[in-house]
Amino acid sequence: MNEIKPDLTCRCAGITAPNPFWLASAPPTNSGAQVMRAFEYGWGGAVWKTLGQDPPIVNVSSRYGAMDIGGQKIAGFNNIELITDRPLEVNLKEIYEVKKRFPHHAVIASLMVPCERQAWHEITQKVMDAGCDGVELNFGCPHGMSERGMGAAVGQVPEYIKMVTEFVKEKSSVPVLVKLTPNVADIRFAARAAKQGGADGVSLINTINSIMGIDVETLTPKFAVEGKISHGGYCGPAVKPIALNMLSQIANDPQTAGLPLSGIGGISTWSDAVEFMLLGASSVQLCTAVMHHGFRIIEDLNAGLTGWMRRKGFATLEDFIGRSSPSIVDWKNLNLHYKSVATIDPARCIGCDVCFVACNDTAHQCIDIDRRKGNRKPHILSDDCVGCNLCSLVCPVDSCITMKPVETGLKPLTWEEYSNQGLKGYGEVYRRH
Amino acid sequence: MAAPSKATPRLDPFGELTGAMSREEARAESSRCLYCYDAPCVKACPTRIDVPRFIRQIASADPLGAGETILQANALGHSCARVCPVEVLCEGACVYQEWQANPIQIGRLQRHATDAVYAEGRLPFAPGPDNEKRVAIVGAGPAGVSCAVYLRLLGFRVTLFEKRPLPGGLNTYGVAEYKMTPKTALAELEFLFQLGCELATEKTVGADIPASNLIHDFDAIFIGIGLSATHRLRVPGENLPGVWDALSFIEAVKARHGKGVPKSAATVVIGGGNTAVDAATQSLRAKTPRVVIAYRRGQEKMSAYRFEIDLARRDGAVIMTDAVVRRILGKKKVEGVEFTDHRVVSCDRVITAIGQTKHYALAKTFGLEQHNDGRIKVDAATMATTRRGIFAGGDAVNGGKEVVNAAADGKKAAWGIHQTLFPGRCAPEGNAYWISTIDGRLVAPITPRTAS
Repeated sequence: MNEIKPDLTCRCAGITAPNPFWLASAPPTNSGAQVMRAFEYGWGGAVWKTLGQDPPIVNVSSRYGAMDIGGQKIAGFNNIELITDRPLEVNLKEIYEVKKRFPHHAVIASLMVPCERQAWHEITQKVMDAGCDGVELNFGCPHGMSERGMGAAVGQVPEYIKMVTEFVKEKSSVPVLVKLTPNVADIRFAARAAKQGGADGVSLINTINSIMGIDVETLTPKFAVEGKISHGGYCGPAVKPIALNMLSQIANDPQTAGLPLSGIGGISTWSDAVEFMLLGASSVQLCTAVMHHGFRIIEDLNAGLTGWMRRKGFATLEDFIGRSSPSIVDWKNLNLHYKSVATIDPARCIGCDVCFVACNDTAHQCIDIDRRKGNRKPHILSDDCVGCNLCSLVCPVDSCITMKPVETGLKPLTWEEYSNQGLKGYGEVYRRH
Repeated sequence: MAAPSKATPRLDPFGELTGAMSREEARAESSRCLYCYDAPCVKACPTRIDVPRFIRQIASADPLGAGETILQANALGHSCARVCPVEVLCEGACVYQEWQANPIQIGRLQRHATDAVYAEGRLPFAPGPDNEKRVAIVGAGPAGVSCAVYLRLLGFRVTLFEKRPLPGGLNTYGVAEYKMTPKTALAELEFLFQLGCELATEKTVGADIPASNLIHDFDAIFIGIGLSATHRLRVPGENLPGVWDALSFIEAVKARHGKGVPKSAATVVIGGGNTAVDAATQSLRAKTPRVVIAYRRGQEKMSAYRFEIDLARRDGAVIMTDAVVRRILGKKKVEGVEFTDHRVVSCDRVITAIGQTKHYALAKTFGLEQHNDGRIKVDAATMATTRRGIFAGGDAVNGGKEVVNAAADGKKAAWGIHQTLFPGRCAPEGNAYWISTIDGRLVAPITPRTAS
């Protein structure tokens, strides 16, 4: 048998990199020294901390907040830092130096200037002269800059997205990515506008408007600048499902089908990255996990991805990018005649009865406990089970409660078909309580 | 620059076996709890503390609320958090055991919660409205104190009679120092007595105060007198200087941080129960280089908990089995122990821990029926003795168990006294929670019934 040697080479919107793991535009890519160190560790690309016009912005002191859940540090992360606070010339010089030393790694310049053609032309020319491999238009930053008519203020108006993308495309000879804000009702309009403006791809998601919490002892914000806080941008593991949905919405939108995607949002592990790629991302960008653990996580990201590709028989990233996209459909296309029922493996059950109380109090009352002889292990009332999954989700034991498909003998029926048939022909596959 | 601190000795003779948990540690540990429904740990606790509830309160950053949950079910929750053999109670029942995983550290979490309450210093409950009934409590040990607390919640007037100078019984005098210091035990009592309990120390009922006075002056009596003197070996040499009974030894070590006890180069502890093992561990921690536990039968017959034996072993104790003492050797003081199989162990101290006798005399004075082994007979639900108005609990009834068993007995007896003196009447409002936790089932209505 031929041993597959997976090739991690990443091709995203015309930008190539040794692997698909890029550092997102954020504090980890603030300086040339950091980006070079990251490349030495093995990162495939870096989107530079967003560049703007001189004089550089001024930041506040106290910039990040985090949400810990049940002892898990930084399940969610929030920041109110603005774009780079270093002079443009310094950043350009460092981009040049990084590219000279790492010609095969991807360096993408994130840009944010006021919505004027001249301003965008000037900065695009400067970063191209510095040797960057692509640009990313920051239409996503939700705090501070948006109050000045930039960042998310642009990303929330499709017409502005299209207009500014056009400004940049007029000048740029390198690929242009547009970074989208999730703080919109429907991300597809923003992606369509970027495409219409000529974008080579979109990156998403930027951070979500958020307040990290109030200290109930002091009654002031937990994360504050002298007792006060503005909303910040939320990211980290907790936002991943939101990002996956938005990414797949764009991948599956006929109007933007095939538009290259750089996936961002709560990626911490190689398998998180693979999930984004399976839904259509051709590169991924990380920040929170790196800010938590440092550049060294690239070692297990690369190793994990390589091992998985080998196990799955994928030689290149293109072999699996978008492979799971067709599994994301509208609700109306789900099979109403599919039935699954929970089963509890008594050999694995530890008798915590958490499934019992969850089902009994809050779901569909289909778990019982035969308390004779001191038994604590619950059992499923299969005829009543609606296959909701709740028991299997609350069960702390791996593979103890599994959802098993049940043969109903009925032909598949979607809601669309059911409704077209005048609400006839549904086989009552579960008992309604 | 400050001088580097001296290295911590391997064993601090008075250091705690398990320390307090930091807030982060408590949060991480409490988050592991599965919050079992109808949880086995609750059933394993004689006082039926709602363990999942208090752990969830810790996880949700409410240690004070957690402490209240504990103290309502077990007034002595602060000391039990330190002295309970959790390995065979709540933690032994934790469903994680089914999983071959470490159980939740319930004992240490309990301490985290009660420490918060004690640091704040405010009682989580108030005395019930005065019902004008007076109850005498004989013995201010764990059973008596627990009974006193719950009687106060029910509105009774309570007087405790204690023969020793300090209250607390074994919590104050008999718990090995590395488990709990007398300071902690006494702080607990001071805290609980804020409820308004009268305490008469150095008053021996049956000697200083005739039993008949109590029967005459009080509406009910609770007897929590524990056990009496340690059994004697009845072998030659038992009266030599250097022979101690285990409880006096532990008490002496505790009294002045070991200064009242002469140094020993080698100690033989005779016995196989928890007290023997405590004495051995305490000796080792008080810098006795060589400690031998001599037990008359095989190791599988030792009644000490496995983890206690392991602790003594880790500290360096040697266990001799099938070692029946023939005599204690020595002319003017202890020089060794000779066993019936002619083995001889040289030592300069012998500690005997072969069980305690029962208080036959006092039970007789009150006219109470006893089991053949001297335990006072009671009704298991109410802790009522065979004589109306007299209740009993703790070691005097169970023959020698844990602090938590005594605490549970005291709580049950308080409710038993209430039921006897006020048949059919509910507990006063606001203090009903703990009543619901007796035996883990509702024994009193949570809310007063309205006429239907």
